[in-house]
Amino acid sequence: MDRFVFLFSAGLARGAVLALFALSLVIVWRAARVVNFAQAALAVAAVYAAFAVTAATGSYSAGLAAGLASGALLGALAERGLMRRLGANAPLPGIIVAIGLVMVVQAGLAIGFGPEHRPMHPPFSQRPFVIGGVPVLSPYDLFTLIAAGVVMGGLALLFNRSSLGLQMRAAAFAPETARLLGVRVSRMVTLGWTLAVAAASLAALLLVPNELGLNPHAADLLFVNAFAVAVIGGLDSPAGALIAGIGVGLLGSLVTGYVSASASPLAVLALLTLVLLVRPGGLFAAKEARTA
Amino acid sequence: MRRLSIPLRALLITVLAIGGTFGLDPFRNYQLATAAACFAAVAGLTVLVGLTGQLSLGHAVLMASGGYGFAFAASAATGPAILVLAAGLLGAVAVSGLLGLLLGLAAARLRGPYLAGLTLALVIALPSAANTLPIGGDQGLRAPFLPVPEALTALIAVEQWHAWLAIIVAALAVTPLVMLRSGRAGLRMRAVLDDETASRLSGVDPGSVKTGAFVASAVPAGLGGAILAIATQQVAPGGYGLAFSLLLVVAAVVGGLGSIGGAAIGSVLVVFFPWVVDELVAAAPTDLGQRLDGNLAVLVFGAVIVAVTVLWPGGAARLLDRFLAARPRRFATPATNTER
Repeated sequence: MDRFVFLFSAGLARGAVLALFALSLVIVWRAARVVNFAQAALAVAAVYAAFAVTAATGSYSAGLAAGLASGALLGALAERGLMRRLGANAPLPGIIVAIGLVMVVQAGLAIGFGPEHRPMHPPFSQRPFVIGGVPVLSPYDLFTLIAAGVVMGGLALLFNRSSLGLQMRAAAFAPETARLLGVRVSRMVTLGWTLAVAAASLAALLLVPNELGLNPHAADLLFVNAFAVAVIGGLDSPAGALIAGIGVGLLGSLVTGYVSASASPLAVLALLTLVLLVRPGGLFAAKEARTA
Repeated sequence: MRRLSIPLRALLITVLAIGGTFGLDPFRNYQLATAAACFAAVAGLTVLVGLTGQLSLGHAVLMASGGYGFAFAASAATGPAILVLAAGLLGAVAVSGLLGLLLGLAAARLRGPYLAGLTLALVIALPSAANTLPIGGDQGLRAPFLPVPEALTALIAVEQWHAWLAIIVAALAVTPLVMLRSGRAGLRMRAVLDDETASRLSGVDPGSVKTGAFVASAVPAGLGGAILAIATQQVAPGGYGLAFSLLLVVAAVVGGLGSIGGAAIGSVLVVFFPWVVDELVAAAPTDLGQRLDGNLAVLVFGAVIVAVTVLWPGGAARLLDRFLAARPRRFATPATNTER
């Protein structure tokens, strides 16, 4: 039972990071109808910026701010510079260009900073609190949960309660109509990318201190798992990303703890396959129009 | 010039390629065998993406499955080398075809990003699968060594013999694919890509066409894995990671999606270019060289596929067509913006 509580709480923190990253994929998908395969590479580039600023100033929060800002900037640049030039309504070129971008960014980071793993220190202790003899969340896990929760709540407020969010949703669902009604559609798409890559950068920033260290491939696995999460939840659904994120985080943690670490990717793959076979559009997808 | 039939053209190219191995040193022949393996896989991938619009990021896993199938079957077989080879190839076809069928059944229900995600998860899960299933873990399996036949020992070295085998297996893998592509099945694939509803109304079932295309694409990839198992005498999960899978996508995109000739150009490029870059980088000072090693080629490849997709959809195949004085193509090769 002690072990279960420990694994459960560790999985919760992992799941929050996964859910945040998956949410960032959902935002891009809803804004531009592409899956941004370059999200992890851009996020890691932002983490490098945060790392450099923290190393120079000695302040974690300055690094955090720099990371978020450079993530936002990279997202806007990727959209304005590359994705905009592709034809609309064609996912294949978008995916291929994003894969090319991944290769450029990761190779560029490896050339610029070297391939070694740089240890990144968390702002809070990673030693878990012990409650009634059972180790549960560490202060850093708590920080992760709160940060991810605050950002996800903020994004939900932005999308559902503000006029800017309404414009973004309108631009995503019916670009033509929205344009006629005076929404600056292309600006909204860029804004979607900006928000999404900034959120992804935060997820990567929260993750890296728990991993082996900062290197160009530090967020690869996070991306693959988060993508599986977004697909399981239904690419269109922010709530799906949240629920599936927590679920997959718990699954990964429990399988790692009770079976083995190497079985965890297999469990995620099995869950993904199962969900896609039963509901090809994900668990929380809106119903599509019938074709025949 | 009259159009030669496809098998005749394949035979001609195979004989030319085998003749070409005499002009290469052993290491170059080994690289040629690797390029032939990539060619088989990329040909499968390019037909899948170009004709049916299904993007698979997991073709490296299909290659690995073929390699494992080869290693298992060839190790179990006893007798003359030709029997061992045939058993291995059958094993490769069976395992990769089965995996392709399973993936294809899933693919028939999924659209672009969902399929790409599933195949991506498959690539990431390969090392775990290797450690969980009884297939040798990270060390992988050994594939039997195929020595040069007695009659040829005076004439050629072992690398050249393996290059011959690679060329022949690649020809066996790709020729049926070319025939499939220019025949009725290819027409069905294009119909499904253009409009699923219309093709369903004309009695073409999109689900079975997509599944069939996935199997037809998986088998050449598996044979490509078998070629690598022949050339390196082993198959291990480390060689078939995400980077290799993306390299196959690069080859297909650079060559021009849907084009077999383009696949050949692309696979030669992804095998030889990194090697050329690494040779050049070796001349750089140690610290810089260490950083550039392996990364510079990836950087260039990434930039190239972005540039090709944004500026020149159609890849090298379109360039080639221009040089060949624009004979009218029987089918329009779909560019990268194929799926809706």
